[in-house]
Amino acid sequence: MRASVLILVPVLVAAPRQAVPAPSQAEIIGSKKFTESCVLAEIAKSALQRAGLPAEVRSSIGGTIILWEALRQGGINVYPEYTGTIREVILKERSSSGPEDAADLEGLRRRLESYGIGITGKLGFNNTYALVMRRARARALGIRQISDLRGHPDLVCGLGHEFLGRSDGWAPLCARYGLHMRDVRGVDHTLGYVALAKGEIDLMDAYSTDARIAEDDLLVLRDDLHFFPRYDAVFLYRLDADPRVPAVLRTLEGTLDERRITDLNAAAERTKDYARGAAMYFHQESGGDGGRAVANIARWTGRHLLLVAVSLFASILVGVPLGIWASRPGWIGESVIGATGLIQTVPSLALLALLVSVPFLGISPATAIIALFLYGLLPIVRNTASGIQDIPSPMRESAEALGLEPRACLTKVFLPLASRSILAGIKTSAIIAVGTATLAALIGAGGLGEPILSGLNLNDRVLILEGALPAAALALAVQLLFIALDRVLIPKGLRLNSARS
Amino acid sequence: MSLLTSARRAGSARDSMGAQPMIELVGVSKSFASLLALAPTDLAFAPERTTVLIGPSGCGKSTLLRLIIGLMQPTAGEVRFEGTPVRPANLIAMRRRMGYVIQEGGLFPHLTARENILLLARHLRLSAKESDARLAELRELTRLPSETLSRYPVELSGGQRQRVSLMRALMLRPEVLLLDEPLAALDPMVRSTLQAELKAIFQELRQTVILVTHELAEAAWLGDEIVLLRQGRVVQAGDFASLRDKPADPFVAEFFKAQRTLAPG
Repeated sequence: MRASVLILVPVLVAAPRQAVPAPSQAEIIGSKKFTESCVLAEIAKSALQRAGLPAEVRSSIGGTIILWEALRQGGINVYPEYTGTIREVILKERSSSGPEDAADLEGLRRRLESYGIGITGKLGFNNTYALVMRRARARALGIRQISDLRGHPDLVCGLGHEFLGRSDGWAPLCARYGLHMRDVRGVDHTLGYVALAKGEIDLMDAYSTDARIAEDDLLVLRDDLHFFPRYDAVFLYRLDADPRVPAVLRTLEGTLDERRITDLNAAAERTKDYARGAAMYFHQESGGDGGRAVANIARWTGRHLLLVAVSLFASILVGVPLGIWASRPGWIGESVIGATGLIQTVPSLALLALLVSVPFLGISPATAIIALFLYGLLPIVRNTASGIQDIPSPMRESAEALGLEPRACLTKVFLPLASRSILAGIKTSAIIAVGTATLAALIGAGGLGEPILSGLNLNDRVLILEGALPAAALALAVQLLFIALDRVLIPKGLRLNSARS
Repeated sequence: MSLLTSARRAGSARDSMGAQPMIELVGVSKSFASLLALAPTDLAFAPERTTVLIGPSGCGKSTLLRLIIGLMQPTAGEVRFEGTPVRPANLIAMRRRMGYVIQEGGLFPHLTARENILLLARHLRLSAKESDARLAELRELTRLPSETLSRYPVELSGGQRQRVSLMRALMLRPEVLLLDEPLAALDPMVRSTLQAELKAIFQELRQTVILVTHELAEAAWLGDEIVLLRQGRVVQAGDFASLRDKPADPFVAEFFKAQRTLAPG
């Protein structure tokens, strides 16, 4: 097992990276996968571009830790963050719930400095966690503040996964307020608003500047015991960045109050365009055009195909030899299959998060390709090994007795005989890759996951379909491609065989 | 020159030398864990003779053949090919001087009959002209219709498959031909035709042949020498008449009797 892992490592690190173009000199700005973070990233991009610095956005990256690691490793140079998150998640300390003062920020600045990361001053708004209910429902139950929930333990609570897990999240909140809610469910943040509007849930966590609060006429329950810490928006940036970058970002300090950011968020959600929010910030309108959707779908699909093709190629290149090796009887073969099977059991999101923290990988298409490559290994290795093992022994012995060298036995007899099984493994890997590649968008690697994620955030069904339909079509195309490949790659004599039996 | 002719040269040299056995087993035994498949055995196979290994199921006759072609390594002792011990280092070269045919033919299903026959010749990059000439020669020898050469094994009858398998084994003019129950899976009519053809082929080629069968009539028909095995031991070796008339052991007589009662007439 150890030996096989050691063999895998250099391959992982070396192979797929070369397939990805080297990063340009542009400043890369990251964002989390919710509207406000995307809008702030677009604002930073516009500000940098206006100052003559090339900049681009990698939006909708999945989770604080992934962004933080990417920032530390230079995969991104800037991203918007909140002081509460910096304390709780990044520095792992308890937040204060009082307003951040200059001394607090100075303390954060010093601690981040040791990681090589700089922090701007407050942008001007506090986007803290809040609990929200439909106004009518709250009024009917007589609920105005969080402590009022004690009398209503049967309310259905739909809470975000991050909120459920955070040290300033649900469990400590319940402890502080003495709440004993009976029905608590984990719900995606954006889908939670839909469920709340439909009355499927009564209560959810929200960010206090969410556009949906005003749009859906929701009531923010008053934090009467001052539980929630401050979440003042700031930008984090690499200290080794171009010195003009922090200078430009600092011009944004104090320019966004709650009212303003809520409007920008609402505009972005309404127009389904994050850049629109940024444009509004700079008092300009960006012109949308009709041909954009088609061009975008082509771009997403192209990137998706690239991710799948490069990773599948690597899986075949490594998986078939590994499978041949694993086909030998004994513990080595079983270990190889066991190791590749183990990779398969790691949830895809967790694998992406782990890979992002590997030095030199960070958030990039290379990381996504490595994850897809790893997922693609098992079916190919297993099918290659079992295809060879299933060759009847008279066949095997005839090849040996003929006087063919082991390599010739393999290439002229064993591999052709196992071709059907190997091809079936490659097909399975290809279909897994087409599906899993939608997750690549979580680490900013693009592909058809990008519109799906944005669509989920913006609650835009059309946008979701712009990603989901091409992805389904790709999966179908892969099926058809392999039906054709069967005819080309599987020797005719074997196809006759199966037709008769 | 090529491998196709070198064997012939070796064959003619042998005639003048006379007594050197083609294949020799010296103290060869084979055990699987605690099970003894072949007790320590000394056997010599003379050139240009057909030796038949016979005995009931599990007597070790197929094991003996597989030890010669190196599909198994002996637990003790050594196999010699024209005096040279067969070792893992020279095994592939030795195998190319032997032809091996098994019960179901062992043809590769992804290759046509022609590709099966030519597989090794092509692998060794022998000239196409020479190979085609040899193929035509073998086709005549085995009376295989030429259109069957482009068929895949699944499209061939059992008898055709064994003919193709024999052609594959003989392609590079091996010095020894090993056949492991080559006709056992065929129906009786085809079997009897092929028995007659095999005998003619062996005589024409003046080939050293070692054939495994469990059928005494086939042994009597094809074999110059018969080696009777039982439970991993050679019970008696000699020509058919000596085994029939001077059984070395009550088992020999038993074996003959059992088979004779099954024979018609």
